[in-house]
Amino acid sequence: MVNKPSSSNLINSSTGDWEMVIGLEVHAQVTSKAKLFSGAATDFGADPNSQVSLVDAAMPGMLPVINEECVAQAVRTGLGLNAKINLHSVFDRKNYFYPDLPQGYQISQFSQPIVGEGEVVLDMEDGKSVTVGIERLHLEQDAGKSLHDQDPKNSYVDLNRSGVALMEIVSKPDIRSAPQAQAYVTKLRSILRYLGTCNGDMEEGSLRADVNVSVRRPGGPLGTRCEIKNMNSIRFIGQAIEYEARRQIDILEEGGEIIQQTRLFDTKTGETRSMRSKEEAHDYRYFPDPDLLPVEFSQDFVDGLANQLPELPDQKKSRFMTDWKLAPYDAELLVAEKERADYFEEMVGLDADPKSSANLILNQHLGRVNKEGIEFESAPVPAAASAAILKMTSEGVISGKIAKELYDLVWETGDDPVKLVEERGLKQVTDTGAIEKVVDEVIAANPKQVEQVKAKPQTFGWFVGQVMQKTGGKANPQSVNKLLREKLEIGDN
Amino acid sequence: MSKLNDLTLAAARDGLRTRDFSAREITQAHIDAIETGNEALNAYILPTPDLALKTADIADKNLVDGEAGPLEGIPLGIKDLFCTKDVRTTACSHILDGFTPTYESTITQNLWDAGAVMLGKLNCDEFAMGSSNETSHYGSVISPWRRNGSNEPLVPGGSSGGSASAVSARLCLGATATDTGGSIRQPAALTGTVGIKPTYGRCSRWGVVAFASSLDQAGPLTRTVHDAAIMLGVMASYDPKDSTSVDVPVPDYEAVLSGGVKGLKVGIPKEYRMEGMPEEIEKLWQQGIGWLKSEGAEIIDVSLPHTKYALPAYYIVAPAEASSNLARYDGVRYGLRVPGSDIIEQYENTRSEGFGSEVKRRVLIGTYVLSAGYFDAYYLKAQRVRTLIKRDFEQVFEKVDVLLTPATPGPAFALGEKSGDPIEMYLNDIFTVPANMSGLPGISVPAGLSQDGTPLGLQLISKAFDEEMLFRVGKVIEDAAGTLPEPLNWWSIT
Repeated sequence: MVNKPSSSNLINSSTGDWEMVIGLEVHAQVTSKAKLFSGAATDFGADPNSQVSLVDAAMPGMLPVINEECVAQAVRTGLGLNAKINLHSVFDRKNYFYPDLPQGYQISQFSQPIVGEGEVVLDMEDGKSVTVGIERLHLEQDAGKSLHDQDPKNSYVDLNRSGVALMEIVSKPDIRSAPQAQAYVTKLRSILRYLGTCNGDMEEGSLRADVNVSVRRPGGPLGTRCEIKNMNSIRFIGQAIEYEARRQIDILEEGGEIIQQTRLFDTKTGETRSMRSKEEAHDYRYFPDPDLLPVEFSQDFVDGLANQLPELPDQKKSRFMTDWKLAPYDAELLVAEKERADYFEEMVGLDADPKSSANLILNQHLGRVNKEGIEFESAPVPAAASAAILKMTSEGVISGKIAKELYDLVWETGDDPVKLVEERGLKQVTDTGAIEKVVDEVIAANPKQVEQVKAKPQTFGWFVGQVMQKTGGKANPQSVNKLLREKLEIGDN
Repeated sequence: MSKLNDLTLAAARDGLRTRDFSAREITQAHIDAIETGNEALNAYILPTPDLALKTADIADKNLVDGEAGPLEGIPLGIKDLFCTKDVRTTACSHILDGFTPTYESTITQNLWDAGAVMLGKLNCDEFAMGSSNETSHYGSVISPWRRNGSNEPLVPGGSSGGSASAVSARLCLGATATDTGGSIRQPAALTGTVGIKPTYGRCSRWGVVAFASSLDQAGPLTRTVHDAAIMLGVMASYDPKDSTSVDVPVPDYEAVLSGGVKGLKVGIPKEYRMEGMPEEIEKLWQQGIGWLKSEGAEIIDVSLPHTKYALPAYYIVAPAEASSNLARYDGVRYGLRVPGSDIIEQYENTRSEGFGSEVKRRVLIGTYVLSAGYFDAYYLKAQRVRTLIKRDFEQVFEKVDVLLTPATPGPAFALGEKSGDPIEMYLNDIFTVPANMSGLPGISVPAGLSQDGTPLGLQLISKAFDEEMLFRVGKVIEDAAGTLPEPLNWWSIT
């Protein structure tokens, strides 16, 4: 399904509107203990060349043997993308020379990939949904890493990544804006993480994207595309697309022509620059790898994996909307990360109000997590504590204002919120006599303001603030309001 | 008793069991033969006498203890294409200078596990590319055979020329070899030895330097059919480390040797009667037909219509795979490195200097046929031809049990006689290539001598994994041919 040009995605320019056409190739490292064709380990951050088998180093006479877990992971991913699973697929050799490619070829899948067409649905902030088609998913080997900064004259090669299994997930050119591209990568990452087929760690390079960008007049013929290589941040993907589209539009509006090329994004300048043109592109001389048999499995194998698939973000989202009456966007944000969704489910499981739980997670909890720059799962406020805070609030034990402070207190002390409320006397004062005493004091001490509020009822809030301040925020706001209105003789407004 | 290195492998095995002689004695006899003969023949590029004697002593202990393996104490030569742990392995290429593997190929490991003794690494064509053993970085191998009344050096065939020369000249009891387009069978035919290329997938390719992965298959080269049966029984195994290895049981090949051919249907493919084929080859073929007929086989004329396309298709598929397989020799991790001002120049310098001209020719052909715009016309078409060749064989084997053909279009040629003309050289494999293209097993058995007094062989081809048929029928041909003359020993320095 192709998106219709939507006015909100168009780039307005003096010569008329332009539309971006974007497609992505995402490289996702398969979660597996061993490499795609060897038994060497795949752990990140090991000493250089400490995880290299004879096969990975392409020693003479060494042969690849497929790691069946990687095949299962690719099939699981295909199922998660609602894609066609090919029961017969073929590994090909992609031939080129580079020091970090020991065999002189990468084993990949060219004409017969393991997974065919599928789709990913994106829910955008404006409430609209966008469907992005998946062209294919194939398995391939990662290359090693060239180290150019170790010696003034020589380069070194670390082969730890050599042979690690990657899934290349190719989208159709269905994306029409930078936010859509970002949402696509976010959603894809979320699906992979739910499936447990890729950890999605972009900083470690477990998830990287090549972004194809072209521009055209809305509905017109496709323009020439440029490919921005090796993006490993969702934020930079957005920046790179915006820059690249603008660059292309400028060229076209000046009567120039886009040259098909591969470009790199410079994170310092925020610009893309040319890496190589189409003429310099390699002839990869793909042919079926004669060392490997075609990958063949039965529909039963696929069905077995399908039956064990976890609940995926889309399913979870619609369940959250049905069961807990959440707004689509809130549900979308909650299910984007499995840890968030789990946190939410634990809270509502403890009878916390769903809407309030969602608010607490998406505003307070996520805000604090981001501010501290830590992983969601290592936040020191467990779901049970958040649920207890909401429960005390809804039961009137503490005020809304105190609830926010209490959350921060739990974060800092790690203590049980109920205990904290007891120990620190944070309970809401509902004793009318006690509140009335404070109200009287405030009125008596501020005759000028009392005079003023009769003429300008909107200054009423100032009295509420004074009373709340004097009671340390513990006074029940309804009681304060009621008493003040009576004493100041102003009606409900 | 004749000299110990004159024994067949089977006889040596029995003599070792009965302690007529020790493993050390028979090993020493071979070491002596190598010391006096190798300079003239250049069959071994790396003799390993110390290792051989050390292993022989272990074998003797095992023989005494009654723990002898099937090849206990049998001295063998190993083609330099097989990676041998801690023993330099070069595929006879300059580019693998000084490469010493830290691992042992599955096949050689099977041999050592069975008690065999390694005498050294045998010469071959560079990366097994050649039909005369003239492309080796370590120089040409010379055949122990000479034409009647001539001292002109002859080639032993290739690529397993070192294996063939060494077995023929008694520098080992048997040798490992590999066959991508005829590299076991053609040198066997040219040196009066027995060579079998088993079914693709029968022997593991793990640890064997690759030439063309979909065609490469290792096998033994020996002096008798019986010896080949013994050796293949040990070399063959299912190996999970080779994805193309096939998990079928390895039968007792010795048990079928006396089976005879009575009632068997032997196919004679008419397409192997090539235009311009020497009369002596045709005569040899008729002779073979006569032998089998008189032993009770039924002779059936058959047709393999796509035979003539096998060689041209082979010279697309094999170089294509080779161009990719040899990409790993880049001077970065092992072997020869010729530095340059940048990485591209280092690649160019290393590969220009490291590869010989025949290897370069095939890498270039292979790169060309896989290139964008040519892939369909060459590589894809060749693969389709391959399918048709396979189908030809499948249809014929519905009617017959085995095929009988000449092994080569002629006898051994002189050193340098064909090395200037690649096409002429490639035509040597015209009868052997179809078995590689179809994955089927084939054996070359000595059947007579040419007018010049040099050996000629006949080839048998059977169904996949029916090597037993080859041994059974091969034994009948061997017996019918009787004792053929041996080459006169001119090579030993006395």
